[in-house]
Amino acid sequence: MNLANYPFSPPAASNFAGEMDLLFYSILGMSVVFAVITFAYVIFYAIKYRAGSSADRSSPVYENMKLELIWIGVPTVLAIGFFIWGAKVYADVRIPPKGAKEIYVVGKQWMWHIQHPNGVRENNTLHVPVDTDIKLTMIAQDVIHAFYIPAFRVQFMVVPGRYTQMWFRPTVVGKYHLFCNMYCGTQHSEMGGSVIVMSKRDYAEWLSNNGEMRQNLSPTQAGEKLFNKIGCGNCHGPVDLPPRSPSLMGLYGKTREADNGQRYIADESYIRESILRPGEKMLKGYSNTMPVYDKQLSEEEVMALMAYIKAGALPSLPAKNMAAGVPGTEAQVNGKAGLNSNALEFTSERADATATSRGNDLSVGAMAAEKGDQKR
Amino acid sequence: MSTTVKTPISTDDAAHPPKLNYLTNGHSLRSWLLTEDHKRIAILYLISVSFFFMLGGAFAGMIRWELTSPAGNFLESDTYNRVFTAHGAIMVFLFLLVAVPAVLGNFLVPLMIGARDLAFPRINLLSWYLYTAAGTLILISVVSGGVDAGWTFYTPYSSLYSNSNVSLCLVGVFLGGFSSITTGVNFIATVHRMRAPGMTWFRLPLFVWANYATGIIMMLGTPVVAITLLCVIFERTFQLPIFSPELGGDPILFQHMFWFYSHPAVYIMVLPSFGVISEVISAFSRKRVFGYHFVAFSSLAIAFLGFLVWGHHMFVSSQSMYQGVAFSLITFLLAVPSAIKIFNWTATMAKGNIHLNSPMIYAIGFMGLFLIGGLTGLFLAAMGLDVHLTATYFIVAHFHYVMVGGTVMGFMAGLHFWWPKMTGRLFNDNIAKWNAVVVFLGFNLTFFPQFISGWMGMPRRYHYYYFAPEYQIYNILSTMGATVLGVGFVVPVIYLIKSLFTGEKSGDNPWGAHGLEWQTTSPPPTENFYYSPIVTDDVYDYDPVAEHEASRELGARGH
Repeated sequence: MNLANYPFSPPAASNFAGEMDLLFYSILGMSVVFAVITFAYVIFYAIKYRAGSSADRSSPVYENMKLELIWIGVPTVLAIGFFIWGAKVYADVRIPPKGAKEIYVVGKQWMWHIQHPNGVRENNTLHVPVDTDIKLTMIAQDVIHAFYIPAFRVQFMVVPGRYTQMWFRPTVVGKYHLFCNMYCGTQHSEMGGSVIVMSKRDYAEWLSNNGEMRQNLSPTQAGEKLFNKIGCGNCHGPVDLPPRSPSLMGLYGKTREADNGQRYIADESYIRESILRPGEKMLKGYSNTMPVYDKQLSEEEVMALMAYIKAGALPSLPAKNMAAGVPGTEAQVNGKAGLNSNALEFTSERADATATSRGNDLSVGAMAAEKGDQKR
Repeated sequence: MSTTVKTPISTDDAAHPPKLNYLTNGHSLRSWLLTEDHKRIAILYLISVSFFFMLGGAFAGMIRWELTSPAGNFLESDTYNRVFTAHGAIMVFLFLLVAVPAVLGNFLVPLMIGARDLAFPRINLLSWYLYTAAGTLILISVVSGGVDAGWTFYTPYSSLYSNSNVSLCLVGVFLGGFSSITTGVNFIATVHRMRAPGMTWFRLPLFVWANYATGIIMMLGTPVVAITLLCVIFERTFQLPIFSPELGGDPILFQHMFWFYSHPAVYIMVLPSFGVISEVISAFSRKRVFGYHFVAFSSLAIAFLGFLVWGHHMFVSSQSMYQGVAFSLITFLLAVPSAIKIFNWTATMAKGNIHLNSPMIYAIGFMGLFLIGGLTGLFLAAMGLDVHLTATYFIVAHFHYVMVGGTVMGFMAGLHFWWPKMTGRLFNDNIAKWNAVVVFLGFNLTFFPQFISGWMGMPRRYHYYYFAPEYQIYNILSTMGATVLGVGFVVPVIYLIKSLFTGEKSGDNPWGAHGLEWQTTSPPPTENFYYSPIVTDDVYDYDPVAEHEASRELGARGH
C-alpha cells in the first residue's frame, strides 16, 4: 500500500495537464468558497436561531426580489464563464493539430492492439516519443471501450463501427497507466497496461529495431525478456496452479512424475522437450493446455529460456525490467514511486484467481481472444 | 400573515377520533393487498423499497469489501461484475426512483391538498403490483445467474455480447417504468383536479409542487427508456439491427436514448427530496419558506431543463463537438435552479425558531451533501475536464453525493418527519438525531475519498487494481466509511420498528407543524378528513415569535 500519494493528483505528463489542472483547481476553489459560505450560514443560523435562544427574530423577511436576483445572477455569470473555459479546453482536446504523428489503435475484449506508422505492433503498451504531437485513430472490434491515460488527462471512447480520434503531446519521459475506462465485460480491469514516453532518439531506435531495444543481455536476461514477451508467466506464476500450469520456479534439477507414473529429472533435455512439445511427458495432475512451441522458437531462444529457467525463473524487479526496455527512464520511474505498476507484488495474492497479466506480450491477446470466442 | 394557526376543519372530531383509522380499518391480508387507500399503498411501497434498499446495500458491501485489496481475491471477475450491476439496478430502479414519490408522495399528496385519495386509486394499486412484478423479475434475474451489463446496459455489450440474464432484467425494468408512469399520471391528475376548496396553486406545499414536477418527468421520460430497453431485448433475441454495428446498427444511438430518460430520471429521484427538505426546514424553523415562488418554479425549471442535458454523459462518446457545447451550456444553467433552492432554504432558517430534531438534522445534512454533490457536477459539466474525469471514481462519488446525499437523506428526513403521522407513534428522537450525525459522517468518509481516487484516474467498475496500488488507501477509507454508513441505516430500522410497539402516542401534530396533513388524526382515517377541508390561510403560515412559547412546551415534553 502506498500512503504517500501527496499531492493527491495524477502525474502531469502531457500538454493538456496544465490547462486541465488550472481549470480543475479554479472550479475547486470556487466550489469550496460557495460550499463553505453556504454551509457556514446554515450552521450559524441553526445555532443562533435555535429554539430557546434569545436572538432577535423581529421583522422576518419572506421574499426579497433583490436577494433572489443576486443569487440567480452570480451563479449564472460564473456558470457561463466556466462553461466557456471548459468548452475552450474541450476544443483543444478534440481538434488535433496538423501533422500529428498517427498511431492506430484497435480495442477488443480485453486488450489494446497498437500499430505504429512503420508497422511495428504492440499490445497493451503504447510507446511514444516525448514532445511530439501524437494522434490516435481508434476503433473497436466488439464492444465499446475507452482509451484513458490519466497522466495525459485524455480519454475517448473506442466504438465499434466508427473511428474515433484523440491526440496529445507527451511532455515528460516515463511510464504511465493506460486503462480501458468503459466497462467491456469479464476482464475489463485487465484491459490496460502502460504508456511509455521515450526520448525522441530512443523512440527512433526502438521503432527501427522492430520494437526492441538493442542491448547486450546475458542469456538469463534475454530469457526473462522472452519469457515475458511470449507470455509464459501468464500461466507459470510463482505457485502451482493445477490442472493448468505448474510453477517453473526452482524447477531445474527436481524430480517430476509424469501422468503415466514414470519419473524424470528436470534437466536440460526435459525442459527443452517440455517447451517444444509439452504433451510428451505430461506432469501428473495437469492437463495439456499449453501451445506447442516446436518450430516456433529458434534454438537461441530456447537456450535463452533454458538459461532463465535454470536460474530459477525468478522475475527481477519490474522497475528494472522496465528500465531494461527503456534506457534512460529509470530515474523518472523511480522518482515517481506512486506510479510504479508493481504488479509482481500482488501476483502471489492473486495466485488462486485467474492467472492474468497486463504485460505487452502477444500471448495475452491470444488468451483474451480465445476467451472472447468462448464468450460469443 | 396570520398570527394564529387556523384550522379549516372542526377540531371537535380530531380531538375525539373514532376508533378506526386507516391502519385498523381491516386486518386481513386481502384488505391490504386489494386496498385502494393511497396510505395503505404507501405502506406497501415502504416495506418493498426498504427490502430492496437493504438488498442493494448488501451488494454495495460486497463491492466495498472486494476493493479494500488491490488484488481482487474475494470474488471472481464475473461475480464482481454481476454484483455491481445488481447494486446499481436495484438501487436505481427499485429504490431511488420509487422511494420518495411512491412512499411519501403517495401518502402525503392527497393529505396535503385536502383530498380523500389520489385521482385514480385503482391505478395506484396497479402501480404497486407493476413495481412488485418488476422487483420480482429483477430479483429472479439476479438470483438465477445474474446480469453483468452494468445498470446502464450500454450496447452492443448488453445486446450481443453479455451472456447473462439481460433480457429478463430489462423486462423487469420495463415493468418498473410503467409503475413509474402510472404514479406520475396519478400525481398530475390529482394535483389538477382534487385540490380542496381554497387550495390555490400558490397555497400548495412545495412537496406537492416537487411531486407534480416529478410526475411530468415520469410521464414524459419513462416511455422513451421503455422503448429503448425493448429495442435491446429485440436485438438480443431476434438480432434486429438497431444498436450493434455488426448488424448495421449504431451503438451511440442507445446512449442518446438511454440518457434522454436517465438524466431526467436523476431529477425523479431528487426533486421529491427537495420537496421534503422544503417542508422539513420550514416546519422546524417555524417559518414560511423563503422565496416560495422561486423554489416552486425552480422545480419546474429543473424538470424542463433536465430534458435538455442528456448529452453531457457523452462528451467522450464521439458525439459532435457542437452538440456537446450546447449540452454543456444547458447543464451549467441547470445548476442555477438547484442553487436557488439551497440559498432559499438557508434564508428560511434566518430569524426562525429552529428545532434540531432528527428530521432537521437530516435536512441540514442533506444541504451539506447536496452542496458537494451539486458543485462537483460543475467539474463534469465543464467539457474539457469531463474528458479526464468521466467514468472514473470522481463520477461515482459525484452521483452518490447526489443520490445518497440527496435522495436518501431527503427520504430519511421525510420518513422521520411524517412517521408519527403514518403510524401514530413517536420514535426515540435522541437516538435518531445522533444516528443522523453518524449517517452524515459515514457517508462523507465513504464517498469523499472517491473524489480523490477519481481525480487520480481510478476507473469505475474495476474488479481489481493490483497494477495501481496507489489507489488502495482511498478504497480502504471508503470501505471504513461504508461500514459506518451501514450501521447508520440499520439502527433506524430497529428504533422505528420498536416505536410501533412501545412508542408513545404521537397525537395529531407532535412537531407543531403547519399543513393540512397535520390537522387530521395520526394515523389518519381511511377517508383522510372528517370534514371536507376548506383552506383559508396561506401555506407555511408559521410565526417564529408567536410559536416561541409553544416550542418551549414541546421541548419540555421531551421531543
